[in-house]
Amino acid sequence: MKKKSNGKWNQYLIAGLIMTGLAVLLGIIGFFWTPYSTTAMSATEKFMAPSWKHWFGTDNFGRDIFSRVMKGMGTTIVIAAFVVLFSGIIGILLGAVTGYFGGILDEIVMRITDAVNGFPSILLALVMISLLGKGRQNVILALGIVFVPSYVRIVRGEFIRLRDADYISRARLMGVGKLRILFVHILPNIFSVFWVSVMIGFNNAILAESGMSYLGIGVQPPDASLGKMLSDAQSYLQTAPWYALAPGLTIVWIVLGFSLFSEGIRRRT
Amino acid sequence: MRYLGKKLFTLIITLFLVSVAAFLAFQIVPGDVVGSIVGEDASPEREQQVAEELGFMENGKKLSPAVRYTRWMKGVLQGDFGVSYRYSKSMNEQMPVKELIGDKLPVTLWLAVISMVFIILVSIPLGVVWARCNNKYLDAVLGVITQTAMAVPSFFLGIILTFVFGILLKAFVPGGYVSYKENFGGFIGYLVFPALAVAIPKIAMTARFLRNSMLTEMKSDYVRTAYSKGCSKRRVMYGHVLRNAMMPVVTFLGMIIAEIVAGSIVIEQVFGLPGVGRLLISSINTRDFPVVEILILYITFVVIFVYFLVDILYRIIDPRISEK
Repeated sequence: MKKKSNGKWNQYLIAGLIMTGLAVLLGIIGFFWTPYSTTAMSATEKFMAPSWKHWFGTDNFGRDIFSRVMKGMGTTIVIAAFVVLFSGIIGILLGAVTGYFGGILDEIVMRITDAVNGFPSILLALVMISLLGKGRQNVILALGIVFVPSYVRIVRGEFIRLRDADYISRARLMGVGKLRILFVHILPNIFSVFWVSVMIGFNNAILAESGMSYLGIGVQPPDASLGKMLSDAQSYLQTAPWYALAPGLTIVWIVLGFSLFSEGIRRRT
Repeated sequence: MRYLGKKLFTLIITLFLVSVAAFLAFQIVPGDVVGSIVGEDASPEREQQVAEELGFMENGKKLSPAVRYTRWMKGVLQGDFGVSYRYSKSMNEQMPVKELIGDKLPVTLWLAVISMVFIILVSIPLGVVWARCNNKYLDAVLGVITQTAMAVPSFFLGIILTFVFGILLKAFVPGGYVSYKENFGGFIGYLVFPALAVAIPKIAMTARFLRNSMLTEMKSDYVRTAYSKGCSKRRVMYGHVLRNAMMPVVTFLGMIIAEIVAGSIVIEQVFGLPGVGRLLISSINTRDFPVVEILILYITFVVIFVYFLVDILYRIIDPRISEK
């Protein structure tokens, strides 16, 4: 593997790290502590504009929007992380086996992959949700399954490229087992390519999750979610525009930060 | 021609597989459909009547999924889309899916078409200008703008557009809608902002893609050759570079069509447009599976058909492919 080049900081990487770091940090803190309760309602503090007391203002029930955004951010990031983990692991397993061995399994998996890839991912996730039911775990499962093909394709391509490499045929001659060749000799060498698709996948997961929650078929209350907040806020756009801006801009912040971060990593090597 | 036939064949096979998958997937979902329609204390006769209307039974016998699928498909091919689980037309009759879908299809289709027109009209000139500009600052500004636009989810963009153009500038009535049957111009007018919300992130993506593609092409040998034989810069740019750089862009545009259709479905919710997207969401929420099945089949058909068209278009632009 290529040695990490040190000291190659570029502005993409720095901006991305700061933005992503802040979002992740606030999200993690949000799981344990928020400035105000996320559920306490207050009739006297309805629709307060952003101020020092309530940074992002308050919503139609007088709840502090900043606290709720913190909670929602955590949920969204954790779900996206699990989606990437789930689809990434299955993608690696399927891609490794089909790429290295080929054959009929490869043929079948690739046909299915092609079919799924051409299909709008959010639509497929909607279908899954209507079969599985709503809720956090099912969102992860649905999006996880939907995103598997994108990884299979990339991993498979890399395994095909490397399976005939000299060092692999030597390892084979030395009698190294198949499993060891797959996961010890080849796998570490595909991570630089795999990493890029993981980053894209993470952002797609964030966008898909918030889209589903916006449509009311993703994360269900009482779980906080940025998408659900947006759809609630839409009815009060005229009286409290900040209510919609806060969760919306937070999604933009997370996605933009992460894509800057991955762009920075890409330019480093 | 032989190629076309082969493609057409795969198109039909894919549609068949999707229809089987869509039908069977919803057959294994647990839940007593008939019971939920007729209520708990309905007579067995009424229960059987509904079961027969939904196609579960015939002459008092339960039908196998294979038989039900064949009947369903036969009906679909003849324009009979079955009946809804949730909506009833009268006391003893379920609502046909066809009537539920009614005039919702054109809304979604026009929304997708207008979005595509926006994407093509804006992203191509933008990409060309961007690739040609030698100004460091303009380059950086375009880079930041497109990067940001790509990070905005389309539904949030829709909300921003509603706020700025609907509430502040009063350019349209938020949540308003005119049927295309009454006033086609007004109908298109109401679709412009939703289409923008779908299009803007894709415009950013396509423009970046075209710019990168052009910058790569500009470094090729044939560009140097063209200059050295005396072609003007303009001719090299538009006659040689753009033409070659467009090739991957056409593929890319074809690939995002599925996403545009999906984007339209989400955006209908934001702007309150009565398209198939809203029907799909509400049908999923109420577990009205006959409607969901038909809509999935329909959207798949549109997407696959467009891929088919893109494939043909690609062959026209790049004759080298058909020679292979």
